[in-house]
Amino acid sequence: MDKRKIEENIFKALMIASTCLILSCLVLILAAIVVKGLPSLDLAMITQTPKGGYYLGKEGGILNAILGSLYLAGGATILAIFISLPVALYLNVYVKKGSRLASFTRFALDVLWGVPSIVYGAFGFTIMLYFGLRASLLGGIIAVSLLILPIMIRAMDEVIKMIPEKLLEASYSLGATRLETAMKVVVRQALPGILTAILIAFGRGVGDAASVIFTAGFSDSIPYSLLRPAATLPLAIFFQLGTPFPEVQDRAYASALILTIMILAISITIRILTRRFTRHIVK
Amino acid sequence: MQSNTHISVQNLNVYYGKQHALKNITFDIPDKKIIVIIGPSGCGKTTLLKSFNRLIDSVDGVKVSGKVLVDGENIFDPKAEVTHIRKKMGLLSQNPSPLPMSIYDNVAYGPRIHGLKNKKELNSIVEHYLKESGLWEEVKDRLHTPASKISVGQQQRLCLARGLAVEPGIILADEPTSALDPKSSRRIEESFLKLKEKYTIIIVTHILRQAKRLADHVAFLYLGDLIEHGPAVDVFENPQEEMTKEYIKGVIS
Repeated sequence: MDKRKIEENIFKALMIASTCLILSCLVLILAAIVVKGLPSLDLAMITQTPKGGYYLGKEGGILNAILGSLYLAGGATILAIFISLPVALYLNVYVKKGSRLASFTRFALDVLWGVPSIVYGAFGFTIMLYFGLRASLLGGIIAVSLLILPIMIRAMDEVIKMIPEKLLEASYSLGATRLETAMKVVVRQALPGILTAILIAFGRGVGDAASVIFTAGFSDSIPYSLLRPAATLPLAIFFQLGTPFPEVQDRAYASALILTIMILAISITIRILTRRFTRHIVK
Repeated sequence: MQSNTHISVQNLNVYYGKQHALKNITFDIPDKKIIVIIGPSGCGKTTLLKSFNRLIDSVDGVKVSGKVLVDGENIFDPKAEVTHIRKKMGLLSQNPSPLPMSIYDNVAYGPRIHGLKNKKELNSIVEHYLKESGLWEEVKDRLHTPASKISVGQQQRLCLARGLAVEPGIILADEPTSALDPKSSRRIEESFLKLKEKYTIIIVTHILRQAKRLADHVAFLYLGDLIEHGPAVDVFENPQEEMTKEYIKGVIS
């Protein structure tokens, strides 16, 4: 066998090995959650609030955290959409390609993307103190939306950037304004990507513990007010794992299982929705 | 100004950064004729076309001086309304660019953004312009399928119908057949010959034979200079400039 062919085979084997490694990681994580969590998972887990001890919950369930996470991540995602979409459209439709403003904004967003979520938590907390707000669902929503904004904007930006200039020109040449072009052509063409961006941001928001620890706090009752503390699944997992009681620790895995299933269910729903909306997309 | 002049280009200069893309272009485009702009790649043909509907505005670092009068109105006047100017011209680009919506909505896009809501009127507009571009018979039973699903040749005729539906006086076509097969190309050319009764048509092409088939008037551009222009017969049969002669003979390309 000649040298180039050996080289080819070695690198191919390395690539396959890396792919297998990442896939087996995923499988192992899922397996660990399922194996350790499934025995503790029962109907009470998802229908009741914690009982038998302050939010550690030896008994009862984590409905407070499930609803808290959904409200918090859902609220943060909706808030973030209203900021992300205008930014992404502005960068791609209104600002000239390669302008300094656009590249600076993208750079700033990339930096923000890399900021650890605990920093968002601390930042959010500082702002809350300034406004005299206590740890609350609203505080958590604001902190998490700050956390997911750069992710959502850059993800939307990347898909909108891919839209060929010709398509925009076609719309302009018919006398459409930039706004009409953005809303009727760009958003339609990029819709699957925009939905994916929203999903990625939601996934990041629902799974983050550090940004909500000071801002949303924790509570063992179902969230009923924006201004009251709310529980979240990642924090529930964190507190459950932190207890010295093995049976509560096992429930942490059940909580993790619930969180994973939630994210999976939302992903699949978005995928199905996306397929329905992609009919008209120009390839 | 002569009554039969539709577009009058006066001392038009376009710079991309330091590059002088169009150099002091001055010529008149007569009404309801086919004007073919010929010249080698990179000579400024597309830039000239994009100047007419001010798509050139969105190019980074572009500078334009001079005047382009359309119906006697300078389109580069700071007070001129871009959407109003663009409404006067239908653009057909090199690759057909259907919008991400149905065949029907593509044609109705222009009229809708200009404020037409009446369903009946929209229906008749869509039918009328699809007939005018020769696509109606092929798509009348599937108007609500995505425009991306029809063939490339059909898409180009759809784009023509879409452009006509805003009732422009001018059709701008940038190498409109270069992505099409010979049969589709011929259909587009046939449409042009029919449409010139009602529209002024400006075509950019580097296919000389196509230019000869279609042109009433010809403008020859070379490296940003307008070398020669005039009635097609004169330019093709009896070119005055050495460069035009060479280009037509195929010496330079």
